[in-house]
Amino acid sequence: MKRGTLLLLAFVALVALPAAAFLAQAAVPSIAYDAVDFLKPPANLSIGEVAGVASNSKGRVFIYTRTGTVNVSVGTARAFAHGPSRLLEFDQSGKFVNEIGEGLYALTYAQSVRVDRQDNIWVVDQYSNMVVKFDPDGRVAMTFGRRPETAGSISATAPATAGGAGAGRGATPAAGAAPAGAAAATPPRGGGEVPAPPAGGARGAAAAAGGRGVARGLGTQGDSFNRPTDVAWDAAGNIFVSDGFGTNSRILKMDKNGRFLKVFGGTGSEPGQLNKPASIAVDAKGDLYVADKGNKRIQVFDNEGTFKAQYANVGTPSAICISPGSHQYLFSSNSNDPDNLDNGEIYKMELDGTIVGKFGSAGRQMKEFGTVNSLDCQSENTLFVGELINWRVQKITLKK
Amino acid sequence: MKRFIQVCIVIVATAVAAFAQRGQGIKEIPYDMVPNFLKLPPNLYMGEGIGVARDSKGHVYTYTRSGATRLFEFDDKGNFVREIGPGNYAMEMAHAVRVDAQDNIWIVDEGTNMVVKFAPDGRPTLILGRRPDPFDGLPTTAVFARNANPPLPYRFDRPTDIAFDAAGNFFISDGYGNSRVAKYDKNGKFLKTTGSFGNGAGQLNTPHSIQTDAKGNVYVADRGNNRIQVYDNDLNFVRSITGIGAPWAVCITPGTHQYLYSSNSSPESNNSAQMATSGEIYKMELDGTILGKFGKGGKLLGEFSTTHAMDCRNENELIIGEITSWRVQKVILKPGAAK
Repeated sequence: MKRGTLLLLAFVALVALPAAAFLAQAAVPSIAYDAVDFLKPPANLSIGEVAGVASNSKGRVFIYTRTGTVNVSVGTARAFAHGPSRLLEFDQSGKFVNEIGEGLYALTYAQSVRVDRQDNIWVVDQYSNMVVKFDPDGRVAMTFGRRPETAGSISATAPATAGGAGAGRGATPAAGAAPAGAAAATPPRGGGEVPAPPAGGARGAAAAAGGRGVARGLGTQGDSFNRPTDVAWDAAGNIFVSDGFGTNSRILKMDKNGRFLKVFGGTGSEPGQLNKPASIAVDAKGDLYVADKGNKRIQVFDNEGTFKAQYANVGTPSAICISPGSHQYLFSSNSNDPDNLDNGEIYKMELDGTIVGKFGSAGRQMKEFGTVNSLDCQSENTLFVGELINWRVQKITLKK
Repeated sequence: MKRFIQVCIVIVATAVAAFAQRGQGIKEIPYDMVPNFLKLPPNLYMGEGIGVARDSKGHVYTYTRSGATRLFEFDDKGNFVREIGPGNYAMEMAHAVRVDAQDNIWIVDEGTNMVVKFAPDGRPTLILGRRPDPFDGLPTTAVFARNANPPLPYRFDRPTDIAFDAAGNFFISDGYGNSRVAKYDKNGKFLKTTGSFGNGAGQLNTPHSIQTDAKGNVYVADRGNNRIQVYDNDLNFVRSITGIGAPWAVCITPGTHQYLYSSNSSPESNNSAQMATSGEIYKMELDGTILGKFGKGGKLLGEFSTTHAMDCRNENELIIGEITSWRVQKVILKPGAAK
C-alpha cells in the first residue's frame, strides 16, 4: 500500500502535475548527493558482501566483509565450518592498508563493524555468535559470546527430502535454535555447496525456549547470542548489543568491562518489544535507537532500556547511524530485499523522528544502493554505505 | 537409487538420440589439434575445464573446478597471464565464463547461484544472484532437486551460462534447479523470464548453455530434451533444433555469416561405453541445417571427454573445455578439405 502510494506519487511527479510534484517533494524532500566507489583493493584481494563499514577518528575506514569460500570439514560425526569473513582497513582515500584478525576464530559470517570513541574496532559475527573488540593496534582486547563448537551433526541415514530450493529465506527458522541433527532434515536448496548452519546444541535450544523463565525472545542472560547484529556505546563506555536475527529479539547492556547489566526487548510488536533488531546507535544523551527491522520501525529507549518512542514512517530500517556534533541526525536505510530492487532510500531525520529528507533508491549503478547493511555517519554530510549485493562501499556526500 | 535411475535415463536418452540423429551422411570436417595448448606455471593446475572463453585480443579465460574453483587468463598462445578474483565470494562450483563485446569477463557459478561481471582490469563491477547464507541449512547429501516454485527475478537455482545481445542486455540460462531463461538490461535490471520444466515447446530440461546471434535471437542448449530451443530477443519461442544429440555446449561465430556449433557431449560419468555414440561436435547454419561434424568421445588428443564449453570467436579455430580430461583444447578446423 505504501509502495503503491509512493509509485503513484512518483508517477504524478514525473508525468502529470508540477504542482503535485511540489507537494510530493514537500512531503519528503530529496537530498542531492554525490557518491564514489570508495574501496580500492589490490587485485589479489577480493571483497565480497560488505556487511559492516565504520570509520575511526583519523578517517581510516574498516569493512567487515563476507568473502572467500566457506569450508566445511567433517570430524567425528560433526561438521566444522571455517568461515571466510575478513576485517580490512583502508585509508582516507580508500587505499588498502592491512587486514586485522586474519584467520581469527570468530570471523565467520560478517554482520557489523563499529569503531568506538577510543578507536577500538568491534566486530559482530552472526555465525560465531560473537562480538570481538580489537584495540587500535588490532590486538584482541575483549570477546563476548562463544563460537559454537561444531557446524552441526552429520547423519549418514538422513532422508533425502525433495524440493524447497526456492523456499523464502526470510521464513527460514533460525537454524541456531534447531536441535543437533536438524541440519539433516533441512530441505536442500537445490544442490551446490551450501555452507553449514550454526551449531544447534543445548545453548541454542535454551535460547530458543527463551532461557529459563524469562520472556520470549530475551534469551539467557548475559552474552549468549543468537545471530547478534550490532554494537553501540554510550559516553560512559557501557556496551549495547542487538541480538539478533536468531531466536532472541533483545538488547543486551553491559558495562565497559563487559559485566552484564540487563537485557530488554523481547519478541513481539508492542512498544518496547522487538522483531529482528538489525542495527543500533546511541546519541550523545545515551538514548538508544534500534532498527526494529521486523516491525518496520525505529524504537528509542532511554539508557536504562525504558521505551521512549517509535518512528514507523521510514520503511524497513535495516541500518542506522547517528552523526556526531552538537546537532545530531539519525540516518536510516529502507534497504531492498536481495530478491528485488524495491525501496532502498536512506532517510535523514532529527533525533525526534522528524524526517529532514531522503536520498537514493535500490539498484546496481553508482548512487544506487544494493541491500544496505551498514551505515557510518562520519559527519552530518559524509556517510559510508556498505552494501550486501553490490559488494562495495559508497562514500556519500550530501549537498546542502 | 533415484540417482541411479536418473543416470540410466540419461544413458538411454543419449543412446536413443544417437540413433535418431538426422542424416546418416553428415560429412566429417577434418581438423588438427594444438597439443598442450595451455601452459600453466609450475604448481598451478587445471581441474575440470568447465568454462572457456576468448576476448577480443584472443586471450583465453578458463573457469575451472580445481582445488578451488578459479578463473585464469592466458594469452593467445596459451601462456599463463594471471588469476582473476582469487578467493572471490561467488566462486565455489564453476559453470561458465563468457566475455562480452567490451571484454568484460563474466562468470556463472552454480555453487553460489551467482553471476559476476569483471571489468577487463579484473574488478567486479556487477553482481547478480546471492550466495545462500549459512542459516539456510546444510544438506547432508547433494540432492538434485527441481525448483517447484516460480523463479524469482534475482535469485538463481544452479545457473549455467550467460549470453549478451548487441544492446548489452544479457540472458542467463538457469539452470539445474530452475528451468528458465532470464533477460536483464545492461545495468542488471530484470526484464523478463521464460520457460518451465518440461519437454513442450518453450519448456526446458536443464538449459545448459546459451548464445545469441547478431539479430539478438537466443539459442538455448536444452540438454535434457536433446534439442536447441531458439527464442527471439523478447524470449518468444521461435523453433526447436533437434537431431544433434544432447547439446551440452553451444557457441555462435561472429561475422556476417554466422554459424552455430553444438557438442553432443559424452555422459557426465564419461563411461567409456558411450564414447562410440557421442562426443561429436556439429557445425550448423543458424536455422539448424547441419553442415558437418567432427570429433568423437575419448581421452586422446583430438578426442573429447565431455565437452562443457566452446568458444568460436574464430569460425575455424575453436577452444574447447572438457570436464573429464581436465583440459582445454585448441581445434583447427579445415572445412576446405572436407571429404
